[in-house]
Amino acid sequence: MASFTLRVNGESRTVSVESDTPLLYVLRNDLELNGPKFGCGLAQCGACTVLVDDKPVRSCVTPVASVAKGGITTIEGLGSVERLHPLQRAFIEEQACQCGYCGNGMVMSAKALLDRNPRPSEREIKAALNGHLCRCASHNRIVRAVQRAAQEMRP
Amino acid sequence: MTSRRAFLKASGALVIRFALGPRLALAQDRPAALPGSLNANRLLDAWLSIAPNGTVTIFTGKIELGQGIATALSQIAADELDLEPTRIEVVTGDTARTPNEGHTAGSLSVEHSGTALRFACAEAREILLSAAAAKLGVPAAELSVKDGTVTGPRGTHLTYGDLVRDVDFKREATARVKPKPPSEHRWVGTSLARRDIPKKFTGGAAYVQDVRLPGMVFGRVVRPPSPGARLTSVDEAAVRRLPGVVAVVRDGSFLAVAALREEQAIRARDALKQSAKWEETAALPPSGDALYRQLMSSPLPAQTVAEKTTATAAAPVKTLDALYTRPYQCHGSLGPSCAVAQWQERTLTVWTHSQGVFPLRADLAKAFGIEPGHIRCIHLEGAGCYGHNGADDVALDAALLARATDGRPVKLQWMRDDEFMWEPYGSAMAMRLSGGLDAEGNVVAWTHELWSHPHSTRPGSSAGVNLLAARHLARPFPPVPPADVPQPSGGSDRNAIPLYDFPNVRVVKHYLPEAPLRTSALRTLGGYANVFALESFVDELAAAGGADPVEFRLRHLKDSRARAVVEAAAQRAGWRPHAKGDGVRGRGIAFAKYKNLAAYCAMAADVEVERQSGRVSVTRVVAAVDAGQIVNPDGVINQIEGGIIQSTSWTLKEAVRFDRTRVTTRSWADYPIVRFTEAPEVEVVLLDRPDERFLGVGEGAQGPTAAAIANALANATGTRVRALPFTPERVRQAMAALTPP
Ligand code: FES
Ligand code: FES
Repeated sequence: MASFTLRVNGESRTVSVESDTPLLYVLRNDLELNGPKFGCGLAQCGACTVLVDDKPVRSCVTPVASVAKGGITTIEGLGSVERLHPLQRAFIEEQACQCGYCGNGMVMSAKALLDRNPRPSEREIKAALNGHLCRCASHNRIVRAVQRAAQEMRP
Repeated sequence: MTSRRAFLKASGALVIRFALGPRLALAQDRPAALPGSLNANRLLDAWLSIAPNGTVTIFTGKIELGQGIATALSQIAADELDLEPTRIEVVTGDTARTPNEGHTAGSLSVEHSGTALRFACAEAREILLSAAAAKLGVPAAELSVKDGTVTGPRGTHLTYGDLVRDVDFKREATARVKPKPPSEHRWVGTSLARRDIPKKFTGGAAYVQDVRLPGMVFGRVVRPPSPGARLTSVDEAAVRRLPGVVAVVRDGSFLAVAALREEQAIRARDALKQSAKWEETAALPPSGDALYRQLMSSPLPAQTVAEKTTATAAAPVKTLDALYTRPYQCHGSLGPSCAVAQWQERTLTVWTHSQGVFPLRADLAKAFGIEPGHIRCIHLEGAGCYGHNGADDVALDAALLARATDGRPVKLQWMRDDEFMWEPYGSAMAMRLSGGLDAEGNVVAWTHELWSHPHSTRPGSSAGVNLLAARHLARPFPPVPPADVPQPSGGSDRNAIPLYDFPNVRVVKHYLPEAPLRTSALRTLGGYANVFALESFVDELAAAGGADPVEFRLRHLKDSRARAVVEAAAQRAGWRPHAKGDGVRGRGIAFAKYKNLAAYCAMAADVEVERQSGRVSVTRVVAAVDAGQIVNPDGVINQIEGGIIQSTSWTLKEAVRFDRTRVTTRSWADYPIVRFTEAPEVEVVLLDRPDERFLGVGEGAQGPTAAAIANALANATGTRVRALPFTPERVRQAMAALTPP
């Protein structure tokens, strides 16, 4: 076991875990964050996505030691029910899910997309999310939600 | 018949409203029977309670699985009680708190639970009003209610909360209070935002995976490498010494481990996998065409499902037959199945995303040899399941493991390969259709023969313990094969009886209860494959008679609501009669009334085929749906959109892979599904009929989508593909086999 001080959603959090522990379990179990989800543990589905220094990473295959220096953002860090981030608001307004289990990853990758490209085309949105699976098949609603958020966030 | 037509716009989709003259949707002519699930759960207080602050809690035995049922039920209750939905809390499937409504399946929740709540709440409102009348000293008829506040003639008022002590809902429902007519609905018929969604996008505790209890440990299960494998040895002691390991449970071929931390449990699982020795048998069927040959060689006697003869019908001048097949397919929930279990003394509590907490409790009671009263099953959402996945099985896994953790709760989630290898699949099926046309090109003979394994092996579906681990225990509960789900809803034969008016019809099934791979309910049971075959064959017959597919369907359809959806889908899609595909692009139509009992759904699909590779893209699907009275239009549209895209995925891509011993589908790499760039554009037209009863809609899109794609592909290329899925290789081969004209 080793001790790691992580910067998560703007706060310093210290955890004592094996250095190869996937970040996902630290976030979910030590820090009790529900946002990132276990979907496959194989970097195949995207449900576990978080941002490390504003880039989407798959926390299920990211050893905690490798992100000890970076700034980690989870969906909890974007906003809350009371203070929604425009992306969260757009996903809710578009009712962009059935079960919603994929939603965390969709929102986080969309955040990274809009940060680097505030006016993505439909094609660019689909390309950015193509590595994320949604089994309920809410794809079109998710694309509409990202378009809506992009509109709203436009300076 | 249509007296008024109004056009409404809801989230980009068209809603066409048909209003009929006043008439009671649910006639009350048999006093003994109560409507919906009220019949089996007859006390009013099973359905609702009121708190002193005026909040109303409604109880449903159904469960939320992302289909929006909690929201839809709150809308129904809000209308009958004259209450804002925000004042309503919804408690879903919990064996200690809610009525027993069996499984949440078959698109029946609004029909069952919504109908019960509608009558229960209407009656509750009347009871509240008479209590208020007595208190205020005025006749009930002079009272009005707004958002739970009862107001009398001189402005005196009382809230529902004020009346808590004056009413007693511990009484049998009578269903004699007539629910409101649709014209008085304020919430039913509106796209109220779903109550489960905000927490899902903000990291709220929304799923069973998010349960955290004091002292909780993490569990993982080590499944056999193949169905029928037996555990011969494993080094448990070595694994017990690994960091964090709290318990290793071995019982026959059931093997599981609990650890303080989740990654420790996963590591211990890997170690157990490494050291475990298994005896395996080659018990799986062959793959490819041989799979269907084996299925169809069953010596079991065929059963007649439906038979209709019309002696006066003309003899066919042209006959056709065709064989269609569907492989084993996965639910493939995005989040592997998960449960939390805790033993305290001799009582067990399980947090589960099972679709039926009461049937699960009954099977757990059998497995542990205890009274059901000593088990509580509480539903929490999991990832979308689309039928019977590993939800129930993992509950038993967690409960078996939790016996070894000294009262500490265990959260056990399957790994991805557990889910792919051990979830019960949608059964492989073969459908042989034959038919004949008379001289005018009308269908005069129709036969549908099918072969299938079970489509429902859920807990409670047979006398055995229908939970996976039960068959692996040292003293196993061998699976008891269930009977097929009977008509009229049907199981393997669901939707095999054509809704068309054919004069001679024969539907025959070969139901094979013993399945080499475990099978169970996957969205629509046999409906997906049967509609795929039936509606493909309708097009084949239409083509044989030189008819346009839409005209041909309408010519054989009497049911006016069926005709209306076919016409609406064709019109909205811009259907051009007799239009030929250009070798690359094509359009197809298909129709079904789900279970022949629920929602009507027709759709037109556009496809594009890459001739070199054989890759099929579905570019656009237009669906028309009649679900009777619609509680939440956006909810219905969401279900249909999702159904269309999911079925596109099943139809183009999905098949479980296996060799003669093992399932080789282990991860998403082995089981590709549709991604963003492959999802068709979808448009849904709703035909709202507020005076008709609710018709379940959640599964209505699956079958017609498959057939519409098949028909579009045939229209585009002139090639009929009858084997699912339409992989590039298969489509390429089919096109190559087509002899040039
Ligand atoms: S859980 Fe990390 S990609 Fe699937
Ligand atoms: S909404 Fe269920 S997986 Fe995307």
